Amino acid sequence: MTSTAPRKKLTTSAMIASFADPGQRTASAPFGHALNRLAEERPEIVGLSADLAKYTDMHVFRDAHPDRFFQMGMAEQTLLGAAAGMAEVGLVPFASTYSVFATRRAYDFLCLDIAEPGLNVNVVGALPGLTTGYGPSHQATEDLAILRGCPNLTIVDPCDSVDIEQAVPALAAAPGPTYLRLLRGAVPTVLDEYDYRFELGKAAELRTGRDVVLVSTGLMTMRALQAAARLEADHVDVSVLHVPTIKPLDTEAILRAARTDRLLVTCENHTVIGGLAESVAATLAFAGVGNRVVPIALPDEFLAAGALPTLHDRYGLSTDAIVARVKRELGGASPATGGPWAADPAPASA
Amino acid sequence: MTSLSTPRTAAPSAGDQAERIARIRQAAYRIRRNALDMGEVQGQGYIGQALGVADVLAVVYTDQLRFRPEDPHWPDRDRFLLSIGHYAIAAYAAMAEAGIIPLEELETYGSDESRLPMSAMASYTPGMEISGGSLGHGLGVATGMALGLRHLGNPARVFNLLSDGELDEGSTWEAAMSCAHHGLDNVTAIVDVNALQADGPTAGVLRTEPVTDKWQAFGWHALRVDGNDVASLVAAFDEIGEHRGSPSVLICDTRVGSGVPLLETREKAHFMRVEEHEWQIARTQLEEGLAR
Repeated sequence: MTSTAPRKKLTTSAMIASFADPGQRTASAPFGHALNRLAEERPEIVGLSADLAKYTDMHVFRDAHPDRFFQMGMAEQTLLGAAAGMAEVGLVPFASTYSVFATRRAYDFLCLDIAEPGLNVNVVGALPGLTTGYGPSHQATEDLAILRGCPNLTIVDPCDSVDIEQAVPALAAAPGPTYLRLLRGAVPTVLDEYDYRFELGKAAELRTGRDVVLVSTGLMTMRALQAAARLEADHVDVSVLHVPTIKPLDTEAILRAARTDRLLVTCENHTVIGGLAESVAATLAFAGVGNRVVPIALPDEFLAAGALPTLHDRYGLSTDAIVARVKRELGGASPATGGPWAADPAPASA
Repeated sequence: MTSLSTPRTAAPSAGDQAERIARIRQAAYRIRRNALDMGEVQGQGYIGQALGVADVLAVVYTDQLRFRPEDPHWPDRDRFLLSIGHYAIAAYAAMAEAGIIPLEELETYGSDESRLPMSAMASYTPGMEISGGSLGHGLGVATGMALGLRHLGNPARVFNLLSDGELDEGSTWEAAMSCAHHGLDNVTAIVDVNALQADGPTAGVLRTEPVTDKWQAFGWHALRVDGNDVASLVAAFDEIGEHRGSPSVLICDTRVGSGVPLLETREKAHFMRVEEHEWQIARTQLEEGLAR
């Protein structure tokens, strides 16, 4: 690296960096408060954490319901095994830790103790995708790829505080196991400006548009909406289809969105391998729909450490990056740009 | 059928106790015979382990566990979690003895469409609480069940049968720490120490001894007995039933093939091959052992 005059650089800050824009409306700990409200109605709701209650907004539940909170220590395998045991005796557990630990470290327990018997255990994973600057140890960039192959499991990637508040009771009401990609702390409030309600397993068209359709999930829906507004100023008409449930996927809504001549772009806070982009591509291919899918996703790499805005820009998740990508695609750039895929080879001879 | 329940009060007289032990030995004999019959269906398998653990299961299923054979989902039942899925042959043999599954169903063991798969699964078999097999899961699930039952005010107990090989798994020790931390005296772990695992003797694969010291250091009330001595097992389980304040573990030293000299003396193998003509010899030897 060449050294020039020192310039003020952004810093990584705390483990859980906020991704809210300056001045954006936020709600504090929406998951914890939603769980508290649910617990008032349903006495069988219990909470567990693996030494991360404070960092997964579970502390809000712990403080309100100390007799219904179980501290399992930094032992994620036991966290998920014990959550299964509690469900076996009739309780409805929410078990929280970081996504990396729930999926990488304790996957065998999530799979065999929870998903195989189809128990109503709700696994809550914080720091999904790229929501911390601490590097690969804490960045769950492939959690969806790990979990999508797990039978019985419902997977939800909420956009904002509205999604989380409405998803929590829906996850508890669903009879089987679920995984929630948690956004915690000061979580942006976005979807209340739209005619929207979270519905498990359903995608929602948040805005219509003739030129481009952004199929987005998680916090990237917030960015997709911002990008759509910016593109509108440039006379590009952009639709946003929010897909908060990754599994089971609302393939009907996706096919409906794809059966047009609009540019189809997927937006996700996850590696390009095994997440929304490939789910959408598979949905289209399996249905014989031939659209090209432009994936906006994290690269198939172990990501750098650093400040979240810097990283979102570098890896293409920022609103600026979405706008630039859409313009480039509309300008007729080579389809191979920005992806690991080869340009069209010559057709095979029969 | 009526519910089986163990009176946990009033020490039995010497005569009653002798009768109790004789009754359990008879049950252990029938469990072994059931296991041999099932082993013959497959021609090979985990018969050595089944014979080794038969006395432990006889005490658990016919003397300690509270359950209703006709109602496997009875909320107040004691839970018996089989971590070691490959011990299914032994568990089915004991569950048939306990009236939970019909005796005549045992001949379907490991066959297509059977409710009795080679590796035990809750979704297949009534009374099977968990799907074991991936080792190191049982005690973690037991932790949650015990926490949940206590939270609900349910006095049912949770038993978990582990193998000494399963002590290799780190998750077992996570759960051991958790049970002790939460003071789960409704948990009883049973460790079948047959000193043998898939690649050979436990001492050579990954040394787990001193087993008792380890559990004690983790905060458990730990007892160690000859797992093929019914009287010792009964005394230990009775003591554990009275223990309060911390989880208990009963470490049972068992002999692979116990009760059938032909198999006891054969070279120890995790997955034992038994020739066609040997099954009848094994049954005869088992019967002779009971008569002694």
